[in-house]
Amino acid sequence: MSRYGKGRSSGGAATRGRRRQLGGAAAAAVLASTLAACGGGDGGGSTPVLNWYINPDSGGQAEIAQRCSDASNGAYTIETSQLPRESSAQREQLVRRLAANDTSIDLMSLDPPYIPEFAQAGFLAPVPGDLAERVTEGVVQSSIDSATWDGELVAIPFWANTQLLWYRKSVAEAAGLDMTQPVTWDQLVTAAQEQQKLLSAQGRRAESLTVWLNALVESAGGSIIEENSSNPEDIQLGLTTPEAARAAEVMNTVANSGVVGPAFSTSSEDTSATEFEGPDAGFMVNWPFVYSRALSAVEAGTLDASVPEDYGWALYPAVDAGQPSAPPFGGIDLGVSAVSRNVELAYQATECITSDENQTYYMTTNGNPASSAAVYDDPEVLEVFPMAPTILDSLEAAANRPQTPYYSEVSGAIQREYHPPSSVTPETGERAQALIEAVLSGDQLL
Amino acid sequence: MSTTTLPPTEKTQPVAAPRGTISDRSRAERKLGWLLAGPAFVVMLLVTAYPILQAVWYSLFNYRLTDPENRSFRGLGNYAVILSDGLWWQALLVTLFITVVTVVVELVLGFALALVMAKALSSIRPVVRAAILIPYAVITVVSAFAWAFAFRIETGFVNSWFGWLPGVAADTDWFGGQWTSLLVICLAEIWKTTPFISLLILAGLAQVPDVLQEAAKVDGATWWQRMWRVTIPNMKAAIMVALLFRTLDAFRIFDSIFIMTAGANGTESVSFLAYRQTIARVEIGLGSAVSVLLFLCVVIIAFGFIKGFKIDLAQARGER
Repeated sequence: MSRYGKGRSSGGAATRGRRRQLGGAAAAAVLASTLAACGGGDGGGSTPVLNWYINPDSGGQAEIAQRCSDASNGAYTIETSQLPRESSAQREQLVRRLAANDTSIDLMSLDPPYIPEFAQAGFLAPVPGDLAERVTEGVVQSSIDSATWDGELVAIPFWANTQLLWYRKSVAEAAGLDMTQPVTWDQLVTAAQEQQKLLSAQGRRAESLTVWLNALVESAGGSIIEENSSNPEDIQLGLTTPEAARAAEVMNTVANSGVVGPAFSTSSEDTSATEFEGPDAGFMVNWPFVYSRALSAVEAGTLDASVPEDYGWALYPAVDAGQPSAPPFGGIDLGVSAVSRNVELAYQATECITSDENQTYYMTTNGNPASSAAVYDDPEVLEVFPMAPTILDSLEAAANRPQTPYYSEVSGAIQREYHPPSSVTPETGERAQALIEAVLSGDQLL
Repeated sequence: MSTTTLPPTEKTQPVAAPRGTISDRSRAERKLGWLLAGPAFVVMLLVTAYPILQAVWYSLFNYRLTDPENRSFRGLGNYAVILSDGLWWQALLVTLFITVVTVVVELVLGFALALVMAKALSSIRPVVRAAILIPYAVITVVSAFAWAFAFRIETGFVNSWFGWLPGVAADTDWFGGQWTSLLVICLAEIWKTTPFISLLILAGLAQVPDVLQEAAKVDGATWWQRMWRVTIPNMKAAIMVALLFRTLDAFRIFDSIFIMTAGANGTESVSFLAYRQTIARVEIGLGSAVSVLLFLCVVIIAFGFIKGFKIDLAQARGER
């Protein structure tokens, strides 16, 4: 072995030293800027600052925060901070910080499936009784359900989302489908096959897969969780029921129909929306954002104006003819942190944020549907969202995803067993149920 | 022809001092050494030993972050659950596969690149070196996104550019299957970290004395013979250090998997498994146990390399 590196290595050491200095300086600079960023929240002055952690949107929540700060006449100022894009990542950040009693969080925009976990862990301040009454008045039931845990309202319904069945009018007409009547998944598959058009859904191993499965099970008349409990070992699952088997059958039929697009096992809501803007588009289940997305593509000149004109919408497809579908429910509810220093003010702010006026603003500018039914009568809303009545109908029929403090386990296990959708059979339910039970009792990894 | 290395030079032996006593000077030196290294040693203890010990402690409990009241002692139960679970073994196999494939390819490529850098004309050497180093300067998440976008059906150019290759078509879904996903993950890793290996090897190449090369040339050795019998044996230490560092690094792969497949289609690595148990499921006990097992794997690899290949880290850095 060589022992002749000395002469050169002393030069090398000098370079290393210089580099290390440089690295130290860079690290110090980064640290300084992070510290500066951390110091920004406190503001100073006498007006209490409410920190609202929002999910990324098109700026609507920041604008509402501004409006409510102004309307409070100096009672509070709301500052917004953005959470990560994925709702699972939003939860990860919030759970970690709340578990560490982080008092810098006052308000949170929460994805409904995680609300039971937050409530059970004591992260949410109790909703004052009179406020609970006021903020649920005239709100669609599915949205109230999403903010309820253990029979009590634990969060404030803000906006409510639901998936619709989107169709190309030309394709539905050519296939002879009467879209004013409820259609079934089987009908859609047949129509797409006949017309050689795509049927777009979300087959990616992600939350969207649980959304789809839950909608299928609920539409078939079943439930993923039949008997709920805060004790993980007492939760009764419904994945081995005939309804769940029927849901699995539909999933399999759709995935193996040959009309779902080449990357079905990795396709997300965005993939579906892109497919639906393309020349082979036929049918799609997706959230209402696809409409405004197409309109802005037309504005940007990347999509022909005739494409969104061909968009039709109807209630989510049924599993069996005669049995009304239970469309997926989404949206955002507002939570107030139990360790916030301004719980009372924060709840006061939620009332302002969720006012009909702000929900109308949010729906018409950011495309996020309101949870308050009255908003859907607003002429402005009807102009921007011609499908608003369908959204309201869908929200009234919508079913929440299984509500449990162990939602990420349940959803994670479902995503593991039901992916790829083309391999799903009625027996998949038994495997998924066994996996969830083993995971919840701590006998298996996930 | 056997390998050609210079005979080890004799070290200056210390003049026989009475055993058991330390001279004043060496005592002062030792003290200075501790003074200089002490702060770093304390910081190391704080930032590595403490979290490791805490993870070991947590791994003995059934502890969910959102349910701290029901924390209960579980002994080695978490380890039993993990080691009897197929998921752990699959993650371990995937991690080993990625580690072996990427490190072997990177070693060969890195060696070639190091030779190019070493032989490049001195006028273009800085340019070549910078060009080769760029991938290593790119943040892993960014490079993972770049590769993911390149291969995704909706955004990628790979399918249309490489459609002439057998098995590649316009609708090839790279992230839809285990092997194709692993292929892209490995490619991204190789692209990104080959510069690291080539840099370490370049340092090793510089350590091979020119006298030996000249002697071999005079003896009529061909280029290959000089490479195999002179260059490589003389830089074995540098190669081994490069291999060790890269293997430890590759074994902890996380970013590319997180961005490209999020662990779907059997592409989950051990660190991804630990992340999901600890951060996503907030099962601190179970997650800590996975992390401790990952740590043990890394320790085994490091010891395997150091003992098995008799690597002398100090020597490779040219300190002795």
